[in-house]
Amino acid sequence: MIFFFRNTSPVKVVLWFTGALVASLLLLPIGYLLLRASEAGDSIWSILFSYRTARILLKTVYLAVAVTLGSALVAVPIAWLTVRTDLPMRRLWAILTTLPLVVPSYVGAYLFISVLGPRGILQQWLEPLGVKELPKLYGFPGAFLVLTLLSYPYILTTTRAALMRMNPVLEEASRNLGDGPWGTFWRITLPQLRPGLAAGGLLVALYVLRDFGAVSFMRYSTFTRVLYIQYQSSFDRTGAAVLALVLILLTLLVLFIEIRTRGRANYYGGHVGAVGNPIQIKLGHWRWPSLFFCAGIVVLSLVLPASILAYWLFREINITMSYSSLWMSAWNSLFASGLASGLVLLASIPVAWLSVRKKGRFAILLERISYSAFALPGIVVALALVFFGANYANPIYQTVYLLLFGYLIMFLPQAVGALRTSFLQISPSIEQAARTLGKNPLMVFRTITVPVSWSGIAAGIGLVFLTVMKELPITLILGPLGFSTLATSVWSAVEEAMFGAAAAPALLLILLSSVPMASIILRESLN
Amino acid sequence: MSEIAVRCEGLVKTFSDTGALNGLSLDVVKGEILALIGPSGCGKTTLLRLITGVAKPDAGSIEVGGRVMVSPERFVPPEFRRVGMVFQNYALFPHLSVAANIAYGLHGADKDDQVAAMLQLVGLSGYADRMPNELSGGEQQRVALARAMGPRPDVLLLDEPFSNLDSGQRVHVRNEVRAILRMSGATAIFVTHHQEEALFMGDRIAVQHQGSIQQVGNPGDVFGNPATRFVATFMGETDFLPGEVTAEGVQTEIGLLQSTHPVNVGDQVEVAVRADDVRIAPDPTSGAIVLTREYRGMVNVYRVRLPSGRFIHSLQRHTVRIAPATPVRVLMDPGHELACFINSN
Repeated sequence: MIFFFRNTSPVKVVLWFTGALVASLLLLPIGYLLLRASEAGDSIWSILFSYRTARILLKTVYLAVAVTLGSALVAVPIAWLTVRTDLPMRRLWAILTTLPLVVPSYVGAYLFISVLGPRGILQQWLEPLGVKELPKLYGFPGAFLVLTLLSYPYILTTTRAALMRMNPVLEEASRNLGDGPWGTFWRITLPQLRPGLAAGGLLVALYVLRDFGAVSFMRYSTFTRVLYIQYQSSFDRTGAAVLALVLILLTLLVLFIEIRTRGRANYYGGHVGAVGNPIQIKLGHWRWPSLFFCAGIVVLSLVLPASILAYWLFREINITMSYSSLWMSAWNSLFASGLASGLVLLASIPVAWLSVRKKGRFAILLERISYSAFALPGIVVALALVFFGANYANPIYQTVYLLLFGYLIMFLPQAVGALRTSFLQISPSIEQAARTLGKNPLMVFRTITVPVSWSGIAAGIGLVFLTVMKELPITLILGPLGFSTLATSVWSAVEEAMFGAAAAPALLLILLSSVPMASIILRESLN
Repeated sequence: MSEIAVRCEGLVKTFSDTGALNGLSLDVVKGEILALIGPSGCGKTTLLRLITGVAKPDAGSIEVGGRVMVSPERFVPPEFRRVGMVFQNYALFPHLSVAANIAYGLHGADKDDQVAAMLQLVGLSGYADRMPNELSGGEQQRVALARAMGPRPDVLLLDEPFSNLDSGQRVHVRNEVRAILRMSGATAIFVTHHQEEALFMGDRIAVQHQGSIQQVGNPGDVFGNPATRFVATFMGETDFLPGEVTAEGVQTEIGLLQSTHPVNVGDQVEVAVRADDVRIAPDPTSGAIVLTREYRGMVNVYRVRLPSGRFIHSLQRHTVRIAPATPVRVLMDPGHELACFINSN
């Protein structure tokens, strides 16, 4: 007869230990930045309240707000048209307008610069006609254009979901009470969309705050760009640390509002029990303008960039292309992403499992930490680890290990989120049933939990793998000398205005990362 | 003295919300089906969780099959307890076939034979290769039962096992489950909040309320002779009539009633009166009057206002029809003694 004394399960000890380790890893960047900033002493306040800091803050917030509003103006009509009206080929438009999400922002920026920028393709074509200068693209206009065209799908997805969840009976009741289609839209439909709209809008804002590629190429000085410039030139660590902390505060604020709104959005969606089909609105003579709008957005955000890429690729093949360095970069990308996603998977299992199955302060704290880490911009993680590596971890400084470490911190929250969702779908009674049938917790995990949630875990880790591949700032800053990936190849070619040379790595990146990612996202959102 | 299969003593489990236990004790005799009944939030599920071992009590002890599972010094994890459990949502492993679900808790070379025997016991012999999502609710229920009974546990716990079935299936499935449990001679604790189900399933019934057991006994006893006012309310539609104990019986406004409970002459008491014990007949001189008639198909239930303003219910055959506002005479015709409780007001 085997008896167990209280609190001696070794599995539990290992679980908690791993959880605590992961939590401290996630807190390392912020901790290090705080340490750095505190070294500044009183001068920290003069940095914090300087005219320069205020200007960066203002420019960053301005861009985030503008892109969010712009995205909403693009996304809401498309969502409504593809869910509620008799727009021709609704499903096709729904798929095509979701796709820009997977294009890395620096690739988008690169393609637009190469056409619309000074001495770009468009100007070369127009020169014979006497056009000497195009409207300025660099700065706000370019950043706004690219980020809006790439991030509006966030709002589109949440708004479409809200529209589909909405109880159509409410609209019928409004019509029944004497409101026309427009009155119903403004007074009934739109207010109900607000939580979904807000959730999507905050995701867009977060995307803009964390973006490094597009703002850098477009030379618009948000926090991320300034941090990178500072890292490259003066290397004023204290100043950089303070700016990085301000950026983190900003993203945390947005993330916090996002969590609050999402809770409410679920609440709104919870009590539907939708019965019957919604009224399908006949577009009538609005049909052609609507079609034109959807097609226009698809052309701008997909067809145009793809054509430009094809153009550059075609030109480059006829000149010279270094295949060997291209393959090397591709291999490095796959290699680093593979290792990183494996590492992320291992680290995320205990965190996700603890936060789903265990109650109590530590489990909640662990979950909050891992979720808050979602607010960390890549450039901040990279800078914190550069400082940290140079000072305390010299053996791994400038090695692939530090790079993997950066990826781990950056992508752990995403993996924890995916695993949590998978684990949450397993009813606790299923695991309890396995326990009462004589299996210990580890065996239950192996024979029940993992097999049942496997497809969700695989999709989540697959997404991490694909996202790591297109990651730019961490790879750029933490990668060992001479370690070039597809992402850094695009970066360095565009930095030197060699638009042709960027085409091949950009295409490979899209084929290896964006296309599979699109198929995963589409399968999940359309089912 | 019959052998005790499960012994719970002084179980305490504190929660901030509902479901707490405060000093619960309960014995289950080997080979019996004990129906555990109580309103939601009374701690029934908490008790089951403590017996299976997925939760720990704050105080108290549990023995199963003569082995100490929980005591101040000892805590046996669920996998070593030999306690089977049938969950409310069945909790079938969705990625395993019916046969693999049943085989999950089994060992030894004759595993396949054991699975076949269990499938036969629950009448699902042709279903070995089906997946759980291909089964009806009643079939899933039987697989869950077979899976839990497979390892021959010392006690089988069933947590509201019929609550996910529609009312038509329910009667059918509960007959089957009772027959299967009987056939295998298993000891079982069956949790429900339906009194009818408890009366049907249980060899004995335990009524739980606010974290402790109010009464344990055979179904007839618990129904006919409730130990507390709560049991009387919960086990049937009961009205309470105040009265005073005299040498001849309890004097109430509808006459002299006989009571089983030990009370003293002069006590102020409340007599528990069930609707099927109350007869009414039209009588223009009476001060009692019919308020409403609730038609329930086979019977009519009349709500009657007594002269004191108190209400009493009377159950009559569907052929007896008395219009509302008719004055009626109220007669007690129980054919048995009634339960009464000291009036605390």
